[in-house]
Amino acid sequence: MADLIAKSPCAGLLPVTHGDVTLSEMDMTRMTSIAPFKGQDKAVSATLKDAHGMALPAANRATGKEGSRAVWFGQGQALLIGPEPVAALAEHAAITDQSDGWAAVRLEGAGAEDVLARLVPVDLRKSNFKRGHTARSQLMHIMVSITRVGDNAFLILAFRSMAKTLVHDLETAMQGVAARAAG
Amino acid sequence: MRVNGKGLVDRSTPLSFTFDGQAVDAFQGDTVASALLAAEVKLVARSFKYHRPRGVIGAGSEDPGALITVGSGAKSDPNVRATVQEVYGGLETRSQNCWPSLNFDILSLNDLASPFLSAGFYYKTFMWPKAFWEKLYEPVIRRAAGIGGLSGEHNPDTYEKAYAFCDLLVIGAGPAGLMAALTAGRAGVDVILCDEDSILGGRLNGETYEIGGVDGQGWAAATVAELAAMDNVRLMTRTTVTGAYDQGTFGALERVSQHLSTPGGQPVECFWRIVAKRSILAAGAIERPVAFRNNDRPGIMTASAVRTYLNRYGVASGQKVTIFANNDDAHRTARDLVAAGVHVAGVIDTRQDAPDSDDYEVHKGAEVCNTEGRKALEAVTFRFADGREDKLHTDCLAMSGGWNPSVHMTCHMNGRPTWDQDILSFVPTEGTIPGMITAGACNGVFSTHAALAQGMAAAESALGDLGVKSTKSDLPEAEDAPYRLKALWAVEGKGRAWLDFQNDVTVKDVKLAAAENFRSVEHMKRYTTQGMAPDQGKNSNVAALAVLADATGRGIPETGTTTFRPPYVPVSIAAMGAGAQGTGFAPQRFVTSHKASVDAGAPMIEAGLWYRPSYYPAPGETTWRQSCDREVNMVRNAVGICDVSTLGKIDLQGSGVGEFLDFVYTNMFSTLKVGKTRYGLMLREDGTVMDDGTTARLGESHFVMTTTTAAAGAVMGHLEFVRQCLRPDLDVQMISVTEQWAQFAVAGPKSRELLNGLLDEQIDDDSWPFMACGEVSVQGTKGRLFRISFSGEHAYEVAVPSRYGDSLYRMLVSRAEAMGGGAYGMEALNVLRIEKGHITHSEIHGRTNAFDIGFGKMVSAKKDCIGKTQSERPGLSGDDREQLVGLKPVGVVKQLSAGAHLFELDADPKRENEQGYTTSVGFSPTLESYLGLGFLKNGRARHGEEVMMVDHLRGITTRCVVSDPVFFDPEGGRVRG
Repeated sequence: MADLIAKSPCAGLLPVTHGDVTLSEMDMTRMTSIAPFKGQDKAVSATLKDAHGMALPAANRATGKEGSRAVWFGQGQALLIGPEPVAALAEHAAITDQSDGWAAVRLEGAGAEDVLARLVPVDLRKSNFKRGHTARSQLMHIMVSITRVGDNAFLILAFRSMAKTLVHDLETAMQGVAARAAG
Repeated sequence: MRVNGKGLVDRSTPLSFTFDGQAVDAFQGDTVASALLAAEVKLVARSFKYHRPRGVIGAGSEDPGALITVGSGAKSDPNVRATVQEVYGGLETRSQNCWPSLNFDILSLNDLASPFLSAGFYYKTFMWPKAFWEKLYEPVIRRAAGIGGLSGEHNPDTYEKAYAFCDLLVIGAGPAGLMAALTAGRAGVDVILCDEDSILGGRLNGETYEIGGVDGQGWAAATVAELAAMDNVRLMTRTTVTGAYDQGTFGALERVSQHLSTPGGQPVECFWRIVAKRSILAAGAIERPVAFRNNDRPGIMTASAVRTYLNRYGVASGQKVTIFANNDDAHRTARDLVAAGVHVAGVIDTRQDAPDSDDYEVHKGAEVCNTEGRKALEAVTFRFADGREDKLHTDCLAMSGGWNPSVHMTCHMNGRPTWDQDILSFVPTEGTIPGMITAGACNGVFSTHAALAQGMAAAESALGDLGVKSTKSDLPEAEDAPYRLKALWAVEGKGRAWLDFQNDVTVKDVKLAAAENFRSVEHMKRYTTQGMAPDQGKNSNVAALAVLADATGRGIPETGTTTFRPPYVPVSIAAMGAGAQGTGFAPQRFVTSHKASVDAGAPMIEAGLWYRPSYYPAPGETTWRQSCDREVNMVRNAVGICDVSTLGKIDLQGSGVGEFLDFVYTNMFSTLKVGKTRYGLMLREDGTVMDDGTTARLGESHFVMTTTTAAAGAVMGHLEFVRQCLRPDLDVQMISVTEQWAQFAVAGPKSRELLNGLLDEQIDDDSWPFMACGEVSVQGTKGRLFRISFSGEHAYEVAVPSRYGDSLYRMLVSRAEAMGGGAYGMEALNVLRIEKGHITHSEIHGRTNAFDIGFGKMVSAKKDCIGKTQSERPGLSGDDREQLVGLKPVGVVKQLSAGAHLFELDADPKRENEQGYTTSVGFSPTLESYLGLGFLKNGRARHGEEVMMVDHLRGITTRCVVSDPVFFDPEGGRVRG
């Protein structure tokens, strides 16, 4: 029996570096959307804490750490990135596998903020958008989730089908920023 | 002519560029305008309408005279102001709006025809005959009147858009702006300081002022150095703030690399959106020209521009300069020139009490009434109050009618400026832009001291709003000369006196507008085109209003002003649309099988943002129809594979989902059994069909809905609206899983045989009957299987997590090919569904309801649903409705076309007799005939009747028989296997 071969959303496109900024694809991992049923937020948060060590994130916040993170994902939704969700979560929330739905890329480097300033219409400066902050916004024309995961590092999630456009738009902005730094 | 020892240009870095092919010498720091003046090139452009010779008039972005084209070919950029374009080595510039050349321009004949080309001329002259307008007059006028042209080629340059955020935006870096930024910067708030010039300092760089004991240029440089060292201050040079918008948002255009010979990958321009908690407008003022006869000759400039060229660029704008003014400020021009050793022919001042000088003659109480010189100024005639006239031979006239504060930005949110009689100009009205404070010359104060003081005060006020304490600093000493002027708009006399140089509008034109009853300022503007286009009234607005006020016997405040609109300077569409050229227009969405389809040679077509295969050409096939026919036969006789991942998939969970679906679908879903799939129809609130698709029940409170590709986003939005606003009582959680699953249709009599070769557990009719669904294991991977069919064949849709999509697709196709089948594309998919009479958005196109498509019975009588009540309105059902039918050619012509109209056989095929229209057609290899779907008045009662299909556009007339829309296997035996 021939096994099916897995292919990552940005296969063949990444990593790329321009100037001091690098764009790379996150290793494929488990991603699960968690949408608490009516009145179940507290129960979900407690279960998450017990099982995975992080609370249910408030709006525009992310909890947890590298390898096991919960990112606010929209009204009444969080995305658990990393761990296989504990079964008990399904008693309190709609659990949906999203592992293959999203291209997950990491933008890192001193100029990362400048790169995103060319694409994203929200204030992502460190003074305003700190580590553990997240936003659902647009990147050029694409709807994305952006989380600051380090001093100069962002995790960006976009629809898998748009991976090529995502990389193209980010790379164009990276080239522009690098050219200015050099020029 | 260069003046030694003057200016900020770098004399150690000589450069060379070309103007109309001629090499021109320049220095680093020159603009094209300063270099041309240094080279004594006076004639730079031809005017808009009359093709009059024009030269440099101003020294900044307001210059209305010297418009040039930069670069050549696809990269050429028209209507660039020579006063803004910085020189770099190898820069190529051209004059525009002239033919065959700038020096000999045939269209300057327009100037002789000027009596016929006055304001409103084309409204009057070319009214009749009507047909001549578009074909004759307009092209001729467009050829004759205009400015630079586009290359017509694809623009290969890159542009950029960007966002910035700050506590305080300071617009303009003259003394007021610099002082404001310094005060705010020292207090620690985030400051962005924008200025459109390449160096900061504003008028300080063009003057010989002293600030705090040092020269103004030096003070500006030292202040900029201090600001540049602050982490919380961002200096944006070459950046013009173009507009003020809601919520403290400003547009700004940055010229990133237009001054560089080797841009090194940098974009040409960047269009910024800057969001600021507070803003300070320190935009300065623009000196206004005076209207007098022939005041547009090359060599006639504003007095401040002549000072700027001298003090900033070390260039004397003429060998014998004359000054014409109504205020003290302009006398600085004479003093600066004399101090630099340039000959001043005289100062003509309209005031009897004008200041005297030992260095040059002052002609008091006189005004310039005419000039001479065709392509360059040679002499001016001036007239005293007693009527006596005199003449001065001069090659440069520096004129000043006073200053107009740059109030533009304060009017961008519909504010109106206030008339200030003391300075004879408009000043900003407080509070017109929330959070904005105005300071310095744009606020109507013209001394350096006042600019510095207001800049500091504005910053302190903004800091107070931001809750930050100011670290008090001392105000440096600076001149505080009073601004004395006497009203002077237009000198009386014969001939044409220009108000708006860019649009060729004269005093006569404005008077004519008033005489013809275009007395409102807004009407006058449109009648004469004064203040339109790139100029936006920077130079001419106040003077034109004054002339109109005089002509209509009103005061200027009563006459009012036209609206200043963004952008403040012309902004290229390329900058505003940066990144959106070509395929950048929208994101591209690719399915996991994309590469396999492209490898197979399939032409990809756009379906919304998605790319889908049209057909898969096999060896020997030369037309798409051959491929399509083969693919249809393949599905009907063996097995076909098609990627259907683009269909929207929405995961719904919660105790209320059943009831929720009953509410959004016309038919019942709460009764659907787990492990089953049902077709559903969704209406809009108005009863029109919104979308259709299948919904599968995977668990007691777990459903997966599919939508059409086209309406996936719209349905998701609709469901969110229903969930949040209409049925918040139900516990429903939803999320899109469209991207999570790669889903493939496996269709045809051999579909189960193929699948059983891949599934880890075999299926048969009992375990997997028609409309069954559930989890399966595909080659060891957890997937989903749905027994549904769009083709009408025994078919399945198999889904796996997208990472395996490419792999599974290739596997499915190769196995299908081994069984006499293969991949099929959109063309075949379309033919298959037409044979079955299945609808798409061609039929549910936003004007049809459930009755029209023959699905009236699907609107359940047992429950309410969205759109049900409205669909029951009179007129939305019955014999008068156009109803879905099938159409088949029966005459000599065998072709059908979509979008054609239906008529009774003997009816005249015109609009009044229309009976319906076709929506989808295709050639069916199964039935060896064209088949069509369409809507026909009372169509369901007319099966068997013959009608005429007429496609007026393509010229096709086909006799058709009307039938049930299901042409093939109407009993549906094949889907059940």
